[in-house]
Amino acid sequence: MAENNEIKFDDEVDITDKVCPMTFVKAKVAIDELDDGEILAIRMNDGEPVQNVPRSMKEEGHQILKLTDNEDGTYTLYVKKVEE
Amino acid sequence: MANTVDYAALKKGGFMRQKQKGYGSLRLAVVGGNLTAENIKTVAEVAEKYGKGYVHMTSRQGIEIPFIPVEDLDKVKEELAAGGVKTGVCGPRVRTVTACQGSEVCPSGCIDTYTLAKELDARYFGRELPHKFKFGVTGCQNNCLKAEENDVGIKGGMTIEYKEDACISCGVCVKACRTEALSMKDGKIVLDSQKCNNCGRCVKSCPTDAWVGEPGYLVSFGGTFGNFIYKGEEFVPIIRDKETLFRVTDAAIEYFEENAKPSERFRKTLERLGSEGLKEKLKAAYDNENK
Repeated sequence: MAENNEIKFDDEVDITDKVCPMTFVKAKVAIDELDDGEILAIRMNDGEPVQNVPRSMKEEGHQILKLTDNEDGTYTLYVKKVEE
Repeated sequence: MANTVDYAALKKGGFMRQKQKGYGSLRLAVVGGNLTAENIKTVAEVAEKYGKGYVHMTSRQGIEIPFIPVEDLDKVKEELAAGGVKTGVCGPRVRTVTACQGSEVCPSGCIDTYTLAKELDARYFGRELPHKFKFGVTGCQNNCLKAEENDVGIKGGMTIEYKEDACISCGVCVKACRTEALSMKDGKIVLDSQKCNNCGRCVKSCPTDAWVGEPGYLVSFGGTFGNFIYKGEEFVPIIRDKETLFRVTDAAIEYFEENAKPSERFRKTLERLGSEGLKEKLKAAYDNENK
């Protein structure tokens, strides 16, 4: 389990190379590979991705833990996988 | 006998004169942009049998069947009615009530637009007025249905309340907000109410329901998007309930009926008279004061 400041996570995915709607698709594929209760760190760009991806993960039923400003124009969202 | 045809009467029933003599384009009644599969099959059959086998989609979610021979109009209306399809209207009256899919279907929706569109349609559709009068209903600030281009536009919104105990200070809402109304100070969320546009995106994105949203209606008046373009203006605060909403829409339509000159759009009436009179009437309706 990797660690980044206070939040421990099991896997990470970088979606800064994608644009909507592929940002969410890439994040969704990554979280689908995890087991229930595991935590995914998603690195995303400021702007539309950070405005919309957290909400989309919530609507998928996962648990949002934290959004961190990386202060390089990107943010990292920590999401705990919740199996339906 | 095209020379004796009463085109004004036909227009009222949604039959639009064409360049081609003896033919018209028949406008159908559509509410909130929805038709059943059965409706569409019926329309397709009529278009093949009486028209030229195609339909035209209008800019306001309507359907027209072009090239209907005027002498077939009664038969066409009968066949449409048998499939549950009614004809629309044109001319100086309340037009098609448009709507996006709203909260029953769309994750962004704050209000049930389709139900509201049907209620507005039942209340006003076809009502005779000095000029055309358009209602549009959109579910949220994304404004897919372009509320402010209508004479009366209704937009879903939310008034929001912060439940600090439930907040985990994740920061998602600060970024979800598009008007910079939210900020994080010492691990707590601070709301600048002046900047809030009631979009409800904080409510929709919050993982712990620390934002509680109460749906409401943001209503704009006097929009028009034809020869003359003007964005409708909000003259009343967000409305919480349908009774108040209908009092306010009744007031707007009554004001237009009482004050507009023939063939004068709502916006032009407001420009000629100023908007103070309408604002007073709307406020009285909003406050439920008996005049």
